[in-house]
This record gives sequence, structure tokens and C-alpha cells, in this order.
Amino acid sequence: MTQMAPIVRIKGLEKAYDTGFQALKGVDLDIEEGELLALLGPNGAGKTTLISAVCSLTIPTGGTVTVGGHDVVRDYRAARDLIGLVPQEINLEPFEKVMNTVRFSRGLFGKRRDDAYLERILRQLSLWDKRDAKIMELSGGMKRRVLIAKALSHEPRVLFLDEPTAGVDVELRKEMWDTVRMLKADGVTIILTTHYIEEAEAMADRVGVINKGEMLLVEAKSRLMERMGQKHLTIELHEPIQTIPDSLSDFDLTLLEDGRALVFAYDTRQERTGITKLLTELQAAGIVLRDLQTTQSSLEDIFVGLVQEDAA
Amino acid sequence: MNFRAIWAIYTFEMSRFFRTLLQSFVSPVISTSLYFVVFGAAIGSRIDQVEGVSYGAFIVPGLIMLSVMTQAISNASFGIYFPKFIGTIYELLSAPINFLEVVLGYVGAAATKALFIGIVILGTSALFVDLTIQHPVAMLLFMVLTCISFALFGFIIGIWARNFEQLQLVPLLIVTPLVFLGGSFYSISMLPPVWQTVTLFNPVVYLISGFRWSFYGLADVPIGLSLLAIAGFTALCLGIIWWIFRTGWRIRS
Repeated sequence: MTQMAPIVRIKGLEKAYDTGFQALKGVDLDIEEGELLALLGPNGAGKTTLISAVCSLTIPTGGTVTVGGHDVVRDYRAARDLIGLVPQEINLEPFEKVMNTVRFSRGLFGKRRDDAYLERILRQLSLWDKRDAKIMELSGGMKRRVLIAKALSHEPRVLFLDEPTAGVDVELRKEMWDTVRMLKADGVTIILTTHYIEEAEAMADRVGVINKGEMLLVEAKSRLMERMGQKHLTIELHEPIQTIPDSLSDFDLTLLEDGRALVFAYDTRQERTGITKLLTELQAAGIVLRDLQTTQSSLEDIFVGLVQEDAA
Repeated sequence: MNFRAIWAIYTFEMSRFFRTLLQSFVSPVISTSLYFVVFGAAIGSRIDQVEGVSYGAFIVPGLIMLSVMTQAISNASFGIYFPKFIGTIYELLSAPINFLEVVLGYVGAAATKALFIGIVILGTSALFVDLTIQHPVAMLLFMVLTCISFALFGFIIGIWARNFEQLQLVPLLIVTPLVFLGGSFYSISMLPPVWQTVTLFNPVVYLISGFRWSFYGLADVPIGLSLLAIAGFTALCLGIIWWIFRTGWRIRS
């Protein structure tokens, strides 16, 4: 089987502001049709700028973006026709009715009025009962779904969701995840940005990690999660030891320099982490423990690690 | 050409107007009536005819122009400023539309509203004074062109404005004085010679003069010059808007 051309192809994308700030430093990214790609990165990493450049909200200062083979600048009509955008902020006209605002969006994209299609979207997003309600009468979760309905109103093939769950409580987040999964099941290609690892984990097929305007890596979620699942158990010892006893050679252990602590690296996603066995072996070796402490690499640590790997 | 998009913007903007139709209709009727009571009856009765036309009738074209210009500007500037203010502009920027389509939608709606109000004032005036319209086609043409050109101007203000204060600033500090000093309520020939010359630098003079000519055949400046002025102003505004969209000035970073 031949590989299909990617639906979105980003090449050397750059964005520098007048202030000299370089928000994107030559980003390359291919997005396959039908996949769900999560762009993971801390605040200010360039996630929103990347989406804005693809969706024509901002003018790139270098590089190219094509959507469905159409350049987003030269062939903007054909390219934008394929894109739906759900912004991070709840940008809606408060006095407008739900159905009207969705109908407006469809018209703006030059599509023939099709209320039956819009009804299907609104029903799918549990908004049909609210079709004649004013935006300001809706709850926060409903408003976000109205934004999605507007983005879907012109039947796009690619949907960009910019931080769909930023500032949203846990319950609403789960609800949003269900919505996104449902859209993916419908065959829409989805690119979402997030700074929550769990969010990428819950939904994505592939994860792109972006920081300081650079794409650090893009890989299948399962592989990335392996790296991110690392946890460290620090074992403080009562008496310093010089070497790690041979009986413990099976474990991924490091002895801290003064010999007063052992660090055990393990993977939280394994069926068995090996902690019980390690503690038993330690006891058998006659090592007395003072304290235990576990730490998980934070997203920041992982970024630092990735940058260092990059440099190496 | 994305005609559906133009239509979507136009009807969306007009629906805001229809929601407040009563208000849109009643306020110009009341303000026009007040002008006629004050200028027409109270003060106008002490003023002789101006060039063979009663003072009450003389001010009708200026009065219509005053409202049409301010309405066109405020409607268009608010129309495009509001999406910027609440953030819905993202949709305009990401949609497959070009600058001309956006302008046709927003400016078209703002001009329609201004035209509606101009006609309402014209109708109200007819209740107070004897109106003659010597050149009805020219009258309509002038009114429509003024609606369009000032809506274009308002559109520029709406994009330029960073807050509501700035939105009010230009109409308040520049447009209203120019309209009042542009011969809305007097003939330029009533001014001392020096001020007559100064007045000729006020572009609004040409519009009001041309518009008044279409009613009574009276003009402060040649009618051709009036048409040229309004065409030039329209072209200038269109040029500026084209530049705005090309560079993304204040809308696309």
C-alpha cells in the first residue's frame, strides 16, 4: 500500500514578531489524514502561534504550510475551506442565538445553507435543545461546544482545537475528551494543543512536543509515554555504602556520590515495578533504610531531557 | 467571489438592526422633529429665505447628510470593531474570503442602515416643510454614495480603534465639526470672504452642496466638483482598506 500524502504539511515554518521575539523557529510537521495529533508544550511554547499560522490568523515570516495540497497563503480559499478552527478563548457574540451563529459560520465559508446538517452537528454536540438560546445563557461547557459546532459547520477535513480544556474543571475535561473522540471516530483529522500530558495520553495517536518555538520530537504516543512514565525512587541509607551489592545488580540502581542514597529508576506503566523485590533484596543484603522518596519527571524535566538529547 | 459569505455577513449585521428596529426608527424621527422645532420654527421664523428657499426647507438636505454620515460611520465602525473586541474576528480571518467580500458585507449593511435612516428623516421633514426635489435621481445617488463612502470611512476607524474611546473620537472630534461647519445649516455665501475660502478645504461642503443642489438647484460649488469629491473620498477609503487587509494592519499579526 502506498502512503497517502499528508493532509497538512508544515515546512520550515517561522514566525518572528516586530519586537524580535521568534515564536516559531523553523517547524516541520506532517499530519496524516484521520489521525489525532496532540501538540504538547508549556505555556508560551509556540503552540497557539503554530495553529494561528496554519489557520491564517497570523502571517508567517518564513516557511510554507499546505493543507490538502493547497498553500495556505497563495491558494488560501481552497486551503481554508478544509480547515475548522476552535480557538482557545470563548470568542462568541453573547446576544446571538446558537443556531444563527452556526448558520453564519457556514455561510462565511461559502457553503449552501443546510439546516439538516447543522441539526446533526448540534444534536451530536448535545446543543440541539439550546438552538434558540442566546449564547450568554449557556454554560461554559456548552459555549465550547458551540465553538466546535461553528468550526464543523462547513464540513472541514481538518479540525484545530487550541487548548480545548484550558481552565476547564475535571468533569468538563472528560466531557470534552469524549466529544473529541467522537469527532475522530467520524473521520475528522484533529490537531489539538495542550499542556497536560494526561490529555495527550488520553486521546492522541501521535504527540508532538514543542518548546521555545521548536518541534523537539513527533512520535507515536506509546513511545513517548514510555519515556514520560519514568519515576525515581530515592532510598536514603542509614550507613553509607561503597558499592552496590552484587545481589542488586538486576536493578537499575545508581549510588549517589557520598554513598548515602540509592536511586532506583522504574517504569510506572509496567505490570510490576520491582519495588517490593528491591526492598526485600535490600533487607537481605543487610542494608538499613532511613527514608524513601519518589519523584516523577515533570513535563519541564522531560523537555530539558529532550533538549539535551537534541543537542547530543 | 464568495457571495454566500457576503450575504452571511450582510444578513448577520442587518439582523442586529432589525432587533432594534423601533429604536432605529424612532430616534431619527424624534431628533429631526427637534431640529425643525428649534431651527425651523423658533429660529427659522426670524431668518429670511435663503436664496429663495424657506430656511426650514433649506436645512433639510444638511440635516439628512448630518445623520446619514454619522450613522454610516458609527454603524460600520462598530460593526467591525465589535468582532475585534469580543474576539470573533478569528472567524473572518480563517474563512475563505478576501477583503472585498468582508467590506461588501460590513459596509453594505452599514450603508443600508444609514440609507434607511436618511429616508426616514426625509419623510419626517416632509411633514414639517414643503419639500421640492428637482433632481430625484441625483438626490438618491448622492445619498447612496455618501452612505457608502462614510461607511467605508467608519470601517477604517473600526479597524484602527483599540478601544471604545477611540471608536468615538474621530466621529466626535473630526466628523461632527466638519459636518456642522460644512454648510448643513447655512449657505457658504452667508460667510465672510475669508471663511468662504477656508470652508472650501472642508470635504463635507462638497457633499452637502451637491445634495442640496439635487433638491433646490442651489449649489455652493459646481455639481461636478461635488461628484468628484465623493468619488475621490470613496476611492481613498477603498485604497486604505485594501492596504489594511494586504498588510494585516491591526487585524492579523
